[in-house]
Amino acid sequence: MAPPRRILSIWLAAFAIDRWRLTESCARGQGADAQPLVLITETAHGPRIAATNNAARASGARIGTMLADARTLCPSVQAVPGDPAGDLDMLEKLAVWARRWGPWSALDPPDGLLIDVTAVAHLFGGEAKLLADVHRAFDTRGFAIRAAIAPTAGAAWALTHYGPDRSILAPQDDMEARLSGLPVAALRLDEDVLTVLRRLGLKRLGELGTVGRDALHRRFRNRKSPAANPLVRMDQLLGRVPEPLLPVVPQQVPLVQRRLMEPIRHRTLLDTVLGDLAADMVRELEGVGQGARRLDLALWRVDGEVVMRTLELAGATRDPAHIVRLFGEKLGDIDAGFGIELVRLRASWAEPLPTNQADIEVAAERHGTALSAFVDRLTTRLGPKAVRRPVLRGSHVPERSQAWRPPLDPEPPSQDELRFHARPLKLLDRAERIAVLYATPDGLPQRFRWRGDVHEIARVEGPERIAPEWWRERGTARLRDYYRIEDDAGRRYWIYRYGIAGDGRGGAPEWFLQGLCA
Amino acid sequence: MSRSTMIHDAFETAADLATATHSQRWTPGLGAVAQSEIFASSREGSGVGAALALALDAWRCRPREEGEEAEDRRAVVWVQTRAAVKAGGRPFRAGLPPEIRNRLIHVLAERDEDALFALEEAVRCRDVAFVIGEVVGSPRALDFTASRRLTLAAEKHGVPLTLVRLDGTRDLSSARQRWAVRSAPSAKPQWNWQAPGVPAWQAELFRARSHPPGVWRLSEDAGKLVSERYVPLPVRGEDTKVWSRSGLAEVGEGRTEASNAASPSPGSASSFGASVAILSPDGERVLG
Repeated sequence: MAPPRRILSIWLAAFAIDRWRLTESCARGQGADAQPLVLITETAHGPRIAATNNAARASGARIGTMLADARTLCPSVQAVPGDPAGDLDMLEKLAVWARRWGPWSALDPPDGLLIDVTAVAHLFGGEAKLLADVHRAFDTRGFAIRAAIAPTAGAAWALTHYGPDRSILAPQDDMEARLSGLPVAALRLDEDVLTVLRRLGLKRLGELGTVGRDALHRRFRNRKSPAANPLVRMDQLLGRVPEPLLPVVPQQVPLVQRRLMEPIRHRTLLDTVLGDLAADMVRELEGVGQGARRLDLALWRVDGEVVMRTLELAGATRDPAHIVRLFGEKLGDIDAGFGIELVRLRASWAEPLPTNQADIEVAAERHGTALSAFVDRLTTRLGPKAVRRPVLRGSHVPERSQAWRPPLDPEPPSQDELRFHARPLKLLDRAERIAVLYATPDGLPQRFRWRGDVHEIARVEGPERIAPEWWRERGTARLRDYYRIEDDAGRRYWIYRYGIAGDGRGGAPEWFLQGLCA
Repeated sequence: MSRSTMIHDAFETAADLATATHSQRWTPGLGAVAQSEIFASSREGSGVGAALALALDAWRCRPREEGEEAEDRRAVVWVQTRAAVKAGGRPFRAGLPPEIRNRLIHVLAERDEDALFALEEAVRCRDVAFVIGEVVGSPRALDFTASRRLTLAAEKHGVPLTLVRLDGTRDLSSARQRWAVRSAPSAKPQWNWQAPGVPAWQAELFRARSHPPGVWRLSEDAGKLVSERYVPLPVRGEDTKVWSRSGLAEVGEGRTEASNAASPSPGSASSFGASVAILSPDGERVLG
């Protein structure tokens, strides 16, 4: 059995307020934050409070109440519109940033993060120190958090929201016993389900076990949404059923670099390098159909210093001469020190920019066309079905195990070919019938006639039996016994016998030649 | 021009050409030539097999530019005419060399003219590592002008092109290397002597710009192309050139065989019966 996973859950307890405070750049409880302040969302019945700061909470404002009600309690409360989209954006950035503690992180909207820290805690000196490091890092950035580590995402979430701060649930602990004291809200359930549970008198996780699984199963019949079913959530919490989580994938930004053989110290050389980089970057951007809005040029000096220059452009551009000219004005005051050894250009902000048709012929003459342009030209003349590429498909039957897709489509996920399968280089569109001399019922082939010529078989390997796909094919489909053969002249083929004598699915087996080996 | 280096095949002066010609024997790993042609029978998979092996060998040994560290993930284009598909089938992904399995782009052309158009567009594309073409016979469209056009485009853009001519005749062409390939008995696998082994081909280089002609036994070994040369026999009263063009064909390891009259070369009739050779195990000719 695989060792249990370790999931770190982080709850940014006052995320919206913390973010508002960061944009106002005031410390906690200081400046604008000293006055009662609430973030509101507009609803059909008027503004409703989405987040409160400490002062507002002290004066009676609660999350979820209407702003008008809060104003009656505390007339001085200040209301600022919330920014959920901005919060989510920030949370995504934090999720990528939080990968410093683990190789894999996922969002837990609206204000949480999940990080897989399986087998990485030793890098930080243990899980307790890892949690301390998390607290310190978030504290430096001005976010108040609660964090916990547990074997499942559900348990970690429950502990962050309802358990003691910095709690660690070790793999050998009895999870059910440790978590039985938490309220049922720790199961990440919908509001109405919580109401039902409260009416049933089930308040703690431990009490769910006292009712009996069958009774709960009958009461909560929604199996599709886990948030509506306490049993599914409980199983996820205890790790009895897997819980799929969607990891955050950082966006790839176009990036080109030159590692220089000799450190350069002179402006003319730097201009040459910059020209090359700009040309490379333009080609890179052209490949993804984008133009640069912001470009970061970083120069690594031999003595360890990094010089950064940033260029923002009014419109998306892909003109190398333009980029070089604009950067040239920013490079005048660079101190090269003992020399620059690595130059990197990154397009940190790119916008879609369709390829310009006007100079396509000129560019093609100089550098050759891009792959997309090549595919476009061929499909225009030969038709859309002429340019394709082979991809794998889940089938054992050779002619069905490969599908043809447009060349630039992403490859569908598939199981890789098995290493021990020796397959021919080319497959005939239709397997051709051949006459074979062999010892019935299942002897090795010795001689065959294909397209009018007789081949003496010198070497043979087989059979590899491929059964018909009974879930798809008709009952009369017969099995195939494949043989890899080489004839006396060294020609290699892939042939099969369709059926076996006495299988009750037709007469004598027939032989087919399906593939040509290299 | 970080990727698309020109293929340096052009000789500076006529004197260079004169001295360089036939100076160096062909071996694997010499790098790509702009266009090579491979003649093979449509009844076997040897043509494309050898074409892929030669192209992959040249691709692995391509000169790297200074500071070029990234892995080459460019596409490989395989152009087939409808007739070629009918004769020899389509590429089968599970059987392709592992390096190109997930970057093969297959182009199916209904007519020979379309295939030539696709080949030219492919060699002009900078995101292509190399191009394989497969045509049947000697199409009217593939005359010397078209062949020269392909060679120049490939040379200019640095994308090597290998054209497989199934059942073709050795007509006029500007290909830098012209091969005639047929299957050869494979080496016995270590664990099952009865099974077919790693593919091997008998390849005759009958025209090359900078190499003398010769016959090799090619096969792939651990991701590398290995060649073993058949030593031609000086036959009294026979021109060596005629000899080397004669599809000397059946000269196998430790076996004595006569040339097959089915060889497509026009010179084969005159040298019939002359192409007898015995190779000792260490590759030296012992008897002519």
